[in-house]
Amino acid sequence: MQQVFSIPKSMKKDFRYTFCPGCDHGIAIRLVAEVLDELGLRENTISSTSVGCSVFLYDFLDIDCVEAPHGRALASATGVKRARPDKFVFTYSGDGDFASIGLAESMHSALRGENISAICINNTTYGMTGGQLGPTTLMGQVTTTSPTGRNKEYYGYPIKIAEHIALCDGTAFSARVALDSVAHINEAKKAIKKAFQTQLDGKGFGFVEILSSCPTNWHMTPEEAHERVRNEMIPIFPLGVFKEVN
Amino acid sequence: MTNRDEKVLIKGNYAIAQAAVNAGCQCYFGYPITPQTEIGEYLSGKMQELGRGYVCAESELAAINMVMGAVATGVKAMTSSSSCAVALMQEALSYAASDELPVVLVNVMRTGPGLGYIYPAQGDYNQAVYGGGNGDYNLIVLAPSTVQECVDLTYRAFYLAQKYRNPVILLADGLLGQMMEPASFGEYPYPEVDVSSWALTGAKGRDARMIYSVATDEKKQIQHICDLHRKFEVIAENETTYEEFEVDDADIVLVAFGSMTRNIKAAMKVLRAKGIKAGCFRPVTLNPFPHKQIHALAEKGKEFAVVEMNMGQMFKDVKYAVEGLSNVSLINRACGEWLSVEEIVSSVENVLRGGKQLAASL
Repeated sequence: MQQVFSIPKSMKKDFRYTFCPGCDHGIAIRLVAEVLDELGLRENTISSTSVGCSVFLYDFLDIDCVEAPHGRALASATGVKRARPDKFVFTYSGDGDFASIGLAESMHSALRGENISAICINNTTYGMTGGQLGPTTLMGQVTTTSPTGRNKEYYGYPIKIAEHIALCDGTAFSARVALDSVAHINEAKKAIKKAFQTQLDGKGFGFVEILSSCPTNWHMTPEEAHERVRNEMIPIFPLGVFKEVN
Repeated sequence: MTNRDEKVLIKGNYAIAQAAVNAGCQCYFGYPITPQTEIGEYLSGKMQELGRGYVCAESELAAINMVMGAVATGVKAMTSSSSCAVALMQEALSYAASDELPVVLVNVMRTGPGLGYIYPAQGDYNQAVYGGGNGDYNLIVLAPSTVQECVDLTYRAFYLAQKYRNPVILLADGLLGQMMEPASFGEYPYPEVDVSSWALTGAKGRDARMIYSVATDEKKQIQHICDLHRKFEVIAENETTYEEFEVDDADIVLVAFGSMTRNIKAAMKVLRAKGIKAGCFRPVTLNPFPHKQIHALAEKGKEFAVVEMNMGQMFKDVKYAVEGLSNVSLINRACGEWLSVEEIVSSVENVLRGGKQLAASL
């Protein structure tokens, strides 16, 4: 019988996702695992993990991981890579970890052209703490700390992470993808693969921002949440490759 | 340096840096701050020359986290900083202690609180020994008193960090960092610690390894904290070190750490010439602290005068060790010009006359 579905080797055999129903973290982590498998990287990989919902990466991936305090994943990954340049090193963070508390570490890793790969899940909110305003919360978006919606007077503006990272001279690859449709999921996997290949080729910093849904904190069904990604997020955070060094 | 046994005239900061190189430190990450900047300056060239890792980090936060990432892979790595910037690293030190990562941090103390200034001081005793990070954890704290000890204790810092998988602070001060003294480097005197059972190298031919402190299971968290506590009891049993000079017949024992030790030794000689039986006691490890040894001296009826450049931080540990068995006085200045031998002598004489010590004065 033809096998049509299997768990990637880079995922733990006995894992059970603990994410909320409809959360896109599960898809994103599976894509990472598939790419690690396809590039044959599992046994040579070290990941520096983050804080937030993304922290549970090490519960699902069967790879060596070291934790970093909130926002410091890219600094930790820099240390890992400088100590062991022969290892494949990547980070997996949320938008708060990567672009708020950790913006300095993230941006400077890109500026230094650290030969590492970074994935950032952008769901426009702090998911684990129950949906507060974060660095990518959209204008007008209601959160528990922006009860009447994000306005410029109190909160300023959301950051377009992939575009900023693309502006850094040390960045070799920067892209934004989404997980709201099968076509977009396939594009997302290609981008992750390119970011990882960028490191294998020694070109410098590789970055993928993944627009993701958070049905629980958006108070939506999974389907409505993906519609929001499509109709509200993508127009503000356009998909595409913003930098690719050949 | 071709002959490592040869004595060279060298600044404390450079001595620490070269000792780190000799100890096999594979990566240095740092951010400039006076009075320790020479360490990063020296290593910027040296590490590149040797093909080792060096990053001018964007902040002390980043620097200490880079060290954590590097040592997680089993290599030796360090950062260096000073007082107010070490305060920025407290979160990471708590993580490193919980994650059992062999981080080495050099703190060449300046004055605080706040930005303070670049005067030398010993005001980070509490920060180093009791920590500014969250939760129950312990750091090994070594306090050199000479440039030679900057070398010797840097070697020991790297060894102990890996031997016990525990962060180590080398607590020097601006005086020591900036002064030149003869020192010889010798060879790194410790065996290489086998890190193969825990270091992250990629999960090839073995189960994946995770180094993390988050425990969603309450029992596991309790177990982890207790394990860390027990580990430090072993460290205290095996690694507590101190020096004592002429304490056997002493009536009063002067206690100091770091470079203040130099002046209490000199003061002791002057006091003895004046017929006052003074001795000296100096903890080399501030954590673990030689409580037992100080207590034993107190049981013999000796009184104590703690001499330090802060408002009485180690003083509290000495009092705790003495447990009220004898009198403990404090001879101190907040920061700046080191208490002179004359000031220490007159303060001790004053204390012995039953007067108040010359304390905390300008």
